[in-house]
Amino acid sequence: MEESKKVHDIIDIKNLDLYYGQFQALKSISMSIQHKMITALIGPSGCGKSTLLRSLNRMNDLIRGVRITGQVLLDGKDIYNSGMEITELRKTVGMVFQRPNPFPLSIYDNVVYGLRVAGVKSKSQLDEIMEWSLRSAWLWDQLKDKLHHPALQLPLDQQQRLCIARLLAVKPEVILMDEPCSALDPISTSKVEDLMHELKKDYTIVIVTHNMQQASRVSDYTAFYYIGNLIEYADTKKIFTAPGVKQTEDYISGRFG
Amino acid sequence: MRIPPKYTQIAAITILGAATVFTVAILIFILVFVLEKGLPILSLNFLFTSPADMGRSGGIFPILIGTVLLPLLAIIVAAPLGIATSVYLVEFTNESRITRLIRFGTDCLAGVPSIIFGLFGFIFFVTILGMGWSIMSGGLSLAFMILPTIIRTSEEAIRAVPKAYREVSFSLGASRWQTVRKVVIPNALPGVVTGVVLGIGRSIEETAVVIFTAGSSLLIPTSVFDSTRTMAVHFYILAREGLSMENAYGTAAALIIAVLIVNLTAYFMMHRFIAKRN
Ligand SMILES: Nc1ncnc2c1ncn2[C@@H]1O[C@H](COP(=O)(O)OP(=O)(O)O)[C@@H](O)[C@H]1O
Ligand SMILES: [Mg+2]
Repeated sequence: MEESKKVHDIIDIKNLDLYYGQFQALKSISMSIQHKMITALIGPSGCGKSTLLRSLNRMNDLIRGVRITGQVLLDGKDIYNSGMEITELRKTVGMVFQRPNPFPLSIYDNVVYGLRVAGVKSKSQLDEIMEWSLRSAWLWDQLKDKLHHPALQLPLDQQQRLCIARLLAVKPEVILMDEPCSALDPISTSKVEDLMHELKKDYTIVIVTHNMQQASRVSDYTAFYYIGNLIEYADTKKIFTAPGVKQTEDYISGRFG
Repeated sequence: MRIPPKYTQIAAITILGAATVFTVAILIFILVFVLEKGLPILSLNFLFTSPADMGRSGGIFPILIGTVLLPLLAIIVAAPLGIATSVYLVEFTNESRITRLIRFGTDCLAGVPSIIFGLFGFIFFVTILGMGWSIMSGGLSLAFMILPTIIRTSEEAIRAVPKAYREVSFSLGASRWQTVRKVVIPNALPGVVTGVVLGIGRSIEETAVVIFTAGSSLLIPTSVFDSTRTMAVHFYILAREGLSMENAYGTAAALIIAVLIVNLTAYFMMHRFIAKRN
């Protein structure tokens, strides 16, 4: 394995409990996310996959009544520590949402949104990063002649890749994806999956999916969740060929979910 | 005995339709009635000459100025205050007993008869602050009158901005204020502007508040501390004192056209807003 790909943890989750008011949505979760790998979170609807994902960049802070105990270490630093600069954290650990959600702005303005809020003013710098981001999301050739068209007029898969480009522009290290293909047709889905493979060279990706084929196609590691518990976490190949826990086997063989 | 649905349906449509026709007919009747009597009087000459003999003859030029200035001042004061309040309530406070209390308060204020605002303006601005009957007193009183409406419409517009936009903005490292400024306000703007335009309409139509706080001078105002009168007040005085029914109707026609223009603007903005959101 090449040097840059040497396996190490970038995120370390330790005994994470999360409550929505009285309801405990995550129960003592411990798992580490490997650097520059794709980790898939699978499990039936409502088992806490999105909740876990959102606790990795503190998006749950926006929800009232959320209480969290335990630790999430990013490069060894606890993101729930009061010293953590939350806007920096969210740029380092970026997010792609379930429904493509470009702003009702032009393609250009969407991509540079994060740069503008970070205070980048120079037109040449914006242009440069914008082009780089669109290239990285495989959109440059299609969109370079209509950068000032409304983003909402693009087909859905391009919208979703535009959202990825918009995220890449702020230079994240980790990309969280919450069922990024669930609004897309199979052809668009495979384009996004191919892109994920490409992005893996430079980024750590955590993807929530309830599409088992997708998890087995794209991910290196798979974590199976069930009602707030992490049931099994291992090599994707192992999970799908020789799961160690009966519940996992039942789930991936489609016996429930 | 059960009436077949076919017939209840016909009965319902007939009754609902009749109610609509009746309402529209009354509206058209009022419009036609006023415009028929007023439009022949209305002319550029009428709009741009000063009244003579207490309004028995001449035009309505100073009144036109008053009708522009008072709502203008009201909106300059009320729009920023109201929009800022609604942004604060929606974006920077959690739904709590206090916000509910504030909302209840604004709802109550929105329902208070305008003459109460007139009385308040008279006591507070005209008397206590010594501003006298003036454009200033009138504009500020009108501002208070339309403030609740502006707050409520802006609140609705801001609330209608999809939550996803806010989430994305935060996830890209924006602060709450940046999110408000760059995402929430631009997307709520058409709805906010609609509220502001409705506020302008209400201040143009208002009579009681203006009589109590701006007086009824017929002179061309030279400062914001001069008294003035608006078309609504002019119409009221001309008709009540029996000075000139002709000029009263001319003024009424001008007033109706002004309000129509303002409300049509609001309507088209609302329309664009909804079209854009879907
Ligand atoms: N904002 C919230 N408030 C209260 N409960 C929530 C909230 N979001 C999610 N939950 C609950 O937490 C559990 C896990 O939800 P979620 O993480 O969305 O599951 P998944 O993504 O696996 O479908 C569910 O039972 C859900 O009802
Ligand atoms: Mg989910």
